[in-house]
Amino acid sequence: MKEYFTLLGRIFFWTFLAPVRGQPFKVSEVFHQMVLIGVRALPMAALTSFSIGLTLAMQSANELKKMGATSFVPDLISVSLLRELGPLLIGVIVIGRSGSAVTAELGTMKVSEEIEALQVMAINPIRFLIVPRVLAMMVMLPALTVVGNCIGMVGGWVICKYALHFDTSNFIYHCMHAAQPWDLYSGMIKSVIFAFLIITIACHMGLQVEGGAEGVGQATTGSVVWSLLIMLIANAMLTGIFFFAA
Amino acid sequence: MSNDAEEPIIEVTDLVRDFHGRKVLNGVSFRVMRGDTMIIMGGSGCGKSTLLRHIIGSMKPTSGSIKLFGEEITTMHPSDLARIQRRFGVLFQSGALMQSMTVGENVALPILEHSKLAPDIVDLMVKMKLEMVGLTGFEHLKPAEISGGMKKRVGLARALALDPQLLFSDEPTAGLDPIMTSVVDILTQEMTRKLGVTAVVVTHDMVSAFRIGSRMIMLGTGPNQGKIIATGTPEEIRSHANLEVQQFIKGEPDGPVPLKLKKADYVERLLGQPRPSSKALS
Repeated sequence: MKEYFTLLGRIFFWTFLAPVRGQPFKVSEVFHQMVLIGVRALPMAALTSFSIGLTLAMQSANELKKMGATSFVPDLISVSLLRELGPLLIGVIVIGRSGSAVTAELGTMKVSEEIEALQVMAINPIRFLIVPRVLAMMVMLPALTVVGNCIGMVGGWVICKYALHFDTSNFIYHCMHAAQPWDLYSGMIKSVIFAFLIITIACHMGLQVEGGAEGVGQATTGSVVWSLLIMLIANAMLTGIFFFAA
Repeated sequence: MSNDAEEPIIEVTDLVRDFHGRKVLNGVSFRVMRGDTMIIMGGSGCGKSTLLRHIIGSMKPTSGSIKLFGEEITTMHPSDLARIQRRFGVLFQSGALMQSMTVGENVALPILEHSKLAPDIVDLMVKMKLEMVGLTGFEHLKPAEISGGMKKRVGLARALALDPQLLFSDEPTAGLDPIMTSVVDILTQEMTRKLGVTAVVVTHDMVSAFRIGSRMIMLGTGPNQGKIIATGTPEEIRSHANLEVQQFIKGEPDGPVPLKLKKADYVERLLGQPRPSSKALS
């Protein structure tokens, strides 16, 4: 726990203070990590969002039909995706796809003496390796969430259009009418906080690896488990804050 | 005023490192003068690499002092340590190359991080360093695509990238063929003799050690674990009275470091208790 908070302090220093003192991180590396962490997770995130949009529409249509309220299916899809399912689902995908990859990569670098080599070359590993990954995740998870929300709505539209015989303009109107700007903002706030938690846990677990390949495997599993757990707890807390503050 | 050439570049005093009650380094003291090639040798597990890691600032000792370029590094702030680390190069046992970078990018890494040279000058420097270790034309390959010995040579090129005043090498010739071993040895000799670079080499390779070393220390094993059992010039080490030193430099399988145990000792080690007497067995 102490090491985790020390890491957070060092990330803060090398992201905000060190660049002012003439020790900037590499911006090109941030873009490189954005591709690895975000762009490469896009197909999986898109497929998951699409299938969740489809499922959500079918399940809600089934229940709402009993009350003769199938016209509210788009409303339900848009609000639940923006507020809850979008950030959470994309968070889960990114934990499995990118968080684990970051832990495994850093862990392997640790056991193969690469991080020690950086240190003795007077290259700070936090500035060189961690800050670009943190910034990339903080940008790409919210971006993936926006894309995931849109694709999820496309999934919902497919059911509404071809099973419930909605007019496309009617579907869009209902989605836009039901969703308020705050629904999007609350989802984005969640997404940014999830990104921070996922990447800092992934980096922490990777840097703590000891004992070769077995240690890397354990750290990667630990990273996924802890990220999921902490993200779900944070989600419940944030939803509570938004619910009671509204 | 003291003569600069007579000041030790490295001064280690009473260095102790305790791992869970086991003293891996136990009161190690030595000095390395400018232009020397200091060989650190000893059997497997004697603490050679641990000693090297302490000198380069990767590990903190339990007690003792390490001075590099006259500055105490054991209590130094990380930013000051980084300033010292820029003045030396380290060749790791495994090479420790960045796997996500090409050979050329690995060699260019310290140059790009610590200088503001134009990219074409950096490219030229990378080619020169790779030429020195016989790896011209390998710039675009990833470490996974080259052999273990080649990785080590790239590691050496990277260690030399900023023309360091001090070079640390951990097993520089392990895994190299005899020709490349000579190339690396000659390179180290040229650097120390022509450029005044000071070298500290951890090695098992006795041919290489006696070829390049100007001073030597040997760490002991067993009861002498973590202690320096011999120190001197290559000639002094060659004629050293300590039997463990003689066994090590001659590569003899049996001696003070035993290959074969006495029957009673074997049973005691195996069972964890003294051998039962024949009377007790009957």
